[in-house]
Amino acid sequence: MRPFDYLRAASPDDASAAAAQGATIIAGGTNLLDLMKHEVVAPDTLVDITRLDLGGIEQTDQGLRIGALVTNSDLAADRTVRRDYPVLARALLAGASGQLRNKATTGGNLLQRTRCYYFYDTSTPCNKRDPGSGCAAIGGFNRIHAILGASNHCIATHPSDMAVAMLALRALIEITGAGGDTRTLPLDDLYVLPGDRPDRETVLNPGDLITAVILPPPAGATQIYRKVRDRASYAFALVSVACVLDLQDGKIAQASLAFGGLAPRPWSAKALNDMMLGETPSDALFERVADHLLAKAKGQGSNDFKIPLARRTLIAVLHEAVERAQP
Amino acid sequence: MQTKLTINAQAHTLEADTRTTLLDALRFHLGLTGTKKGCDHGQCGACTVLINGRRINSCLTLACMHDGDEITTIEGLGTPEAMSTLQRAFVEQDGFQCGYCTPGQICSATAMLDEIKAGWPSHVSDDLLADPDLSDIEIGERMSGNLCRCSAYPNIVDAIRDAAGTDSA
Repeated sequence: MRPFDYLRAASPDDASAAAAQGATIIAGGTNLLDLMKHEVVAPDTLVDITRLDLGGIEQTDQGLRIGALVTNSDLAADRTVRRDYPVLARALLAGASGQLRNKATTGGNLLQRTRCYYFYDTSTPCNKRDPGSGCAAIGGFNRIHAILGASNHCIATHPSDMAVAMLALRALIEITGAGGDTRTLPLDDLYVLPGDRPDRETVLNPGDLITAVILPPPAGATQIYRKVRDRASYAFALVSVACVLDLQDGKIAQASLAFGGLAPRPWSAKALNDMMLGETPSDALFERVADHLLAKAKGQGSNDFKIPLARRTLIAVLHEAVERAQP
Repeated sequence: MQTKLTINAQAHTLEADTRTTLLDALRFHLGLTGTKKGCDHGQCGACTVLINGRRINSCLTLACMHDGDEITTIEGLGTPEAMSTLQRAFVEQDGFQCGYCTPGQICSATAMLDEIKAGWPSHVSDDLLADPDLSDIEIGERMSGNLCRCSAYPNIVDAIRDAAGTDSA
């Protein structure tokens, strides 16, 4: 690990100001310190935000407000989350290990980096780590890589489970900027696709600090999170599906899908949800939804299996959701 | 950089480079070598300790971030003469072969049993709102952050189940 200066932020503005001048924000650190050990990143200065008052889970007019420093384990254990947002509790519990969930924070989980092997291996080219150097995953071992939203410059996937569930729940994020201004943004608008700048992963500006996530009032629908991975626990998703679905008089009255393991960002598409609204659930409908999701899917060799796996997982989840949503 | 840590109820003042992980602080600065370094990347769980009662990977956190925190290591859970319930259960059930992962297993299981008492669900819990049981599948899921290269898992599960039974009796 390279040497760095350590600062403890006294306020969110203090953290933003330091970050605007190039400091790297650290909270749980479970991903950042790993990257620093591998020297994938080498910050000159770390600004520690863990002493800030950015915790707590509370009901507000906008919905459930989750402080950015709430740990993954506290969020998964929260009774309101378990009762009203079970897709989120399930996604959190499907991620990492007990030890990591005790450290990992809500804000940090959203901003964690890809687990692409080549991103971590500084002896190989990687446009995300070293822009312009190339992509060793294209034509390399790419079992865990993206089939949607990738580019000729990067095929890495976003590793979060939590963000996938939050996307299906149509979460908002609250951001404090370097000037002290606060804004909210749909989580869907946080992430950008790699294009020719895979080093750029979000719309955040230097000095922006995520202070909270807000979940809209509970959907009251059937919620499912299904994660397919190489071992039964403590592994990243090959494919995951978050589903919020409700039936009225036998027709789909509410549908929100999001996907993990498939793309450089937590993936969703409004058209997928819209094509189910008002429809009677059927095999044919679910096939059409899967066709739409995967219309532009592109395998890279060792991850070709993800295309049929995503189809089957999505259709299985939709069948389960409909079965559970029956009155 | 100076950091004040309370480790196993004893106050320590650490003077170390900012890069020092809590694991390295324990082992190399404070001589508490019960906590083991396995992968040093948060994948194996050998370095598990408790911070303010919660289990974490000490390899993936900086000592300087824990100024004022209370840390419990395997040395703080019990001694050969006065073992904790879990330590005794691991001995009785032969919950190890080489023993390298054992301090992490025991620290992790200590906090895990508290999580169950607090009603935390897991990935394999059928009902997110019900009190969790202590089935073998629940123990396996909740302990998945602790690897055992000797694969002593069956006896580790037996030890944890025994210790939990003793506790609740």
